[in-house]
Amino acid sequence: MKKERKTREPLVHITKRATIPLWKAILVRVVAILIALVISAVVVVVFTHKNPVEVLRAMFNGNFGSARKVLFLLQRTAMLLCISLAVTPAFRMKFWNIGAEGQVLMGALAAAACMFYFGKTKMPNWLLLILMFAASLIFGMLWAIIPAIFKAAWNTNETLFTLMMNYVAMQIIQICVSIWAPNGSGVMGHINPTTYKGWLPDVFGQKYLINIIFVTILTGILFVYLTFSKHGYEISVVGESENTARYIGINVKKVILRTMAVSGLICGFAGFLLVAGENHTITKDLAGGMGFTAIMVSWLAKFNPLIMMGVSFLLSFLHLGGVQVAQDCRLNESIPEIITGIILFFIIGCEFFTRYKLNFRSAGKEEAK
Amino acid sequence: MIFLKIIHFISAAIVQGIPLLFGATGEILTEKSGNLNLGIPGIMYVGGISGIIGGYLYEKAAPTPNGFLLILIPLLASMLGSLLMALIYSVLTITLRANQNVTGLALTTFGVGLGNFFGGSLLAMFGESGSIALKATGAAYRTKIPFLSTLGWFGDLFFSYGFLAYTAVIIAIVAGIILNKTRVGLNLKAVGESPATADAAGINVVKYKYLATCIGGVIAGLGGLYWVMDYTDGAWTNNGFGDRGWLAIAIVIFAIWKPKLAIPSSFLFGGLYILSVFIQVPTSWAREIINMLPYLVTIVVLCAVSARKKRENLPPASLGLSYFREER
Repeated sequence: MKKERKTREPLVHITKRATIPLWKAILVRVVAILIALVISAVVVVVFTHKNPVEVLRAMFNGNFGSARKVLFLLQRTAMLLCISLAVTPAFRMKFWNIGAEGQVLMGALAAAACMFYFGKTKMPNWLLLILMFAASLIFGMLWAIIPAIFKAAWNTNETLFTLMMNYVAMQIIQICVSIWAPNGSGVMGHINPTTYKGWLPDVFGQKYLINIIFVTILTGILFVYLTFSKHGYEISVVGESENTARYIGINVKKVILRTMAVSGLICGFAGFLLVAGENHTITKDLAGGMGFTAIMVSWLAKFNPLIMMGVSFLLSFLHLGGVQVAQDCRLNESIPEIITGIILFFIIGCEFFTRYKLNFRSAGKEEAK
Repeated sequence: MIFLKIIHFISAAIVQGIPLLFGATGEILTEKSGNLNLGIPGIMYVGGISGIIGGYLYEKAAPTPNGFLLILIPLLASMLGSLLMALIYSVLTITLRANQNVTGLALTTFGVGLGNFFGGSLLAMFGESGSIALKATGAAYRTKIPFLSTLGWFGDLFFSYGFLAYTAVIIAIVAGIILNKTRVGLNLKAVGESPATADAAGINVVKYKYLATCIGGVIAGLGGLYWVMDYTDGAWTNNGFGDRGWLAIAIVIFAIWKPKLAIPSSFLFGGLYILSVFIQVPTSWAREIINMLPYLVTIVVLCAVSARKKRENLPPASLGLSYFREER
């Protein structure tokens, strides 16, 4: 009575989960982050030859060591959050816009141009700020909408297109800086350093605070826009299935263009805040790679603006803490990028276990009996 | 005089183009399997720094280094480093089906960080000061063909490079032949165009994706190695490699996913990279406009290709998508 199994059953069989209980989803992520943190700790300790407690203390010191440092941490979190919010509407639509860096830079450039050209005139400061604000938004939007037009018309690959647009934007800034910079030095320095024209005012005597307030408000607005508005619904449908969207009468091309315009507007706004509220100058490194980090933030937060606050805080904390550790140990300041990379790999990897289920061979047999 | 200057320019453009060619060939192979690996810039950094670490340790261990080992050890170290990076990407995107864009960007962050960290701290970790300069290793990599390189302008143009430069061209040609003339290449393209169809035809999709991504990563990493060993003569400067990794991805588009076209494209982009130095443009803004050209031209090519919709010129149809057999 031997019944030989003809087909070879693989050791692991993968099936897609329909749903996953919330506690399980959270557990998977917490475990992943814990493993990542342990590995990062080992890596840092090996590199620095210091005990982990000391490293941790240095990290907290780098972030919470003084009131100025706390404010700086919050400011960095706010800017990263702002750009993450910007890329989110497009991502929900599965439009892979990786050109946030360029869109932010174009917004920043527009703001800086207004400061540069109208700073010497008799224009009142409030009018100049409004002008900068409007110019930033328009430039950011233009930079985002160009790839969207080509995507809608010819289905041009948006990932590659937006990627190239980043470097075009950087070069345009280089061109402008080389024209504007005094004596051909190639460095702008603060614009209007004596008149403070086009500088956002300090709130409660604190620099940066106004940026943090703006971004907090923006987070709320975008959460409502994506979750409760008709536009948000249309974005989600297009993201899930373009055919379904077409079937229920959504104009897919219009939604693509409109959503990229929204993305670009917010990127432009981030550029405005970077220039008017933080740096008061323009360089091609102004966004400092945050346009790319924001993509990961948005994705890790599952495109949810509220979770994004936490993720951008975590990444900013790691960044500033890592810089402090590196300085204390006289090592290169790239430690935070390594740690961020390790943590990202684990969070990216753990997504799999929330979406799919592993069925082992032995377990399957027992169930069959 | 002008003739010699042009020869000098072309030869400099080729030197600039070689790292780009390695990166572009690697990325073409990867993309042909449907994987858009945006981690290539990071992989190239790791390829460079792994070679540096290998060379540093060997130069430290051997007081009278052997010329052959001077080349072999950094080469193997570099290939191992790039392979590990490509494996991280492969496991995450192929086995764990993660989003390719996010994984690639994370890999680039990680790789650039790793490169700059070791580049800036390697000597400090061994209790030395100063910056890395592997003279012996650099010299070994820059060894030219003895007799041919002294043939005047002809030698300058064709025989004045280290062996990695010729390797880059050979790899690109071989990759082109494999993609277009062999069954393996045909299968690989099938995987990139429609993994489900390839799977139904009995092609092992996972195996092809893994192999293409890993081999592509190793090839790209050699670009980093060429940069640190040949171009900078065994020295490391932080962020010295710059945005060349992204430029390599641009070349993939510019060469419309064909390794053979990648060879002249890389030299062209390499030429554009240094053109402003050679023609001595009077104003710095004009120089920046020239630096913008490679990206602008790439965008134009990308749009033109998508507008003409000629099948063989389009990107692989499943580019950027993960494959799961049971997904509809």
